[in-house]
Amino acid sequence: MNTASESGAVLDRRQVVSQLLAGRGEALLITGLGSTTWDAAAVGDVAENFYVWGGMGGAAMIGLGLALAQPERRVLVVTGDGEMLMGLGALATIAVQGPENLAVVVIDNEVYGETGMQETHTRFGVDLAGIAAAAGFESARTVYTQSDLDTLSAALFVAPGPLFADVKVSTERHDTVLPPRDGTYLKHRFRRVLLGDPEQGSLAGRKR
Amino acid sequence: MSNPKWPEAIYDVLCGAGVSQVGYVPDAGHARLIELCRANDAMHSVALTSEEEGVAMLCGAWLGGARGVLLMQSSGVGNCINMLSVVQECRFPLLAIITMRGEWGEFNPWQVPMGQGVASALGNAGVIVHQVDRAEDLATTVQAASELAFNAFRAVAVSVSQRILGSKVWK
Repeated sequence: MNTASESGAVLDRRQVVSQLLAGRGEALLITGLGSTTWDAAAVGDVAENFYVWGGMGGAAMIGLGLALAQPERRVLVVTGDGEMLMGLGALATIAVQGPENLAVVVIDNEVYGETGMQETHTRFGVDLAGIAAAAGFESARTVYTQSDLDTLSAALFVAPGPLFADVKVSTERHDTVLPPRDGTYLKHRFRRVLLGDPEQGSLAGRKR
Repeated sequence: MSNPKWPEAIYDVLCGAGVSQVGYVPDAGHARLIELCRANDAMHSVALTSEEEGVAMLCGAWLGGARGVLLMQSSGVGNCINMLSVVQECRFPLLAIITMRGEWGEFNPWQVPMGQGVASALGNAGVIVHQVDRAEDLATTVQAASELAFNAFRAVAVSVSQRILGSKVWK
């Protein structure tokens, strides 16, 4: 078995998510369960955020379904390394579909922060950006420094996707900022701001 | 097979229901339906590495105002269980069409445990199951299931019996 190395990451997760979301404009946001949901809520709870409080491994695929349904809107998935590792097949599925309006950003602290700080595979060298690149993402990178982050921020909502970024962050923990957690409420709120009537089963996203 | 045109009939129902996302893990029983969907430029046909990806994708589709369907084999039901908690908690519509194995005239014993567990596993996960044993009932059942899913916001699976599909031929 490989040994864990210290990550030595310098970026702070809250500052990373805050900077990335600052340029979101009308972009739609999906967050994975746990810390990335608290990070997004700390930036500000808005109706265009859909927080996945469960369904570990599903955030990126929820993003794909949304991106295919709303090809004119940018869709950003922000999730953790543990959540992404549980659904690695999604990277292959997304790459094959190639949605230009989708970005997946992993906030990678190399530990399961919500469950006792056990190391994830990324601590042992598993390279998520490498996996995304090999799957065929249009762009895939690992972000280590502020300079890398600035470059990502500039591309995130404008460069053709699908875009993948693994952002190495420190293991520092922050206050848990809780957004609404009732799933039906979050769904209706999101659909109301996006579609108008949340009950209307509209027929968006048909390929033309 | 008494009605080899049932994939076309289901396809027509899906088109009529406005389905624009089709997530699938291939199965011989779904081969023709998948082929029809892939040939339709108005549908995103999405091959999945695992069925749970499709459950999550269809949640995202509904968030974006689109309707979808999940095509899979009974062995994939177990892969979906935790992701179905998202469907239940958020009351997302879900329409799934499941071709059965391990149910009727099965040769492969490894298919039997999951095949026999489909109805109870889905029921426990909050999914309404319509079991269909006759080809002539398929299109009307998928139609009813799509209405229950998209109009009443429920998770509904149509299970297609091996009586309709025929047992896999082993040579």
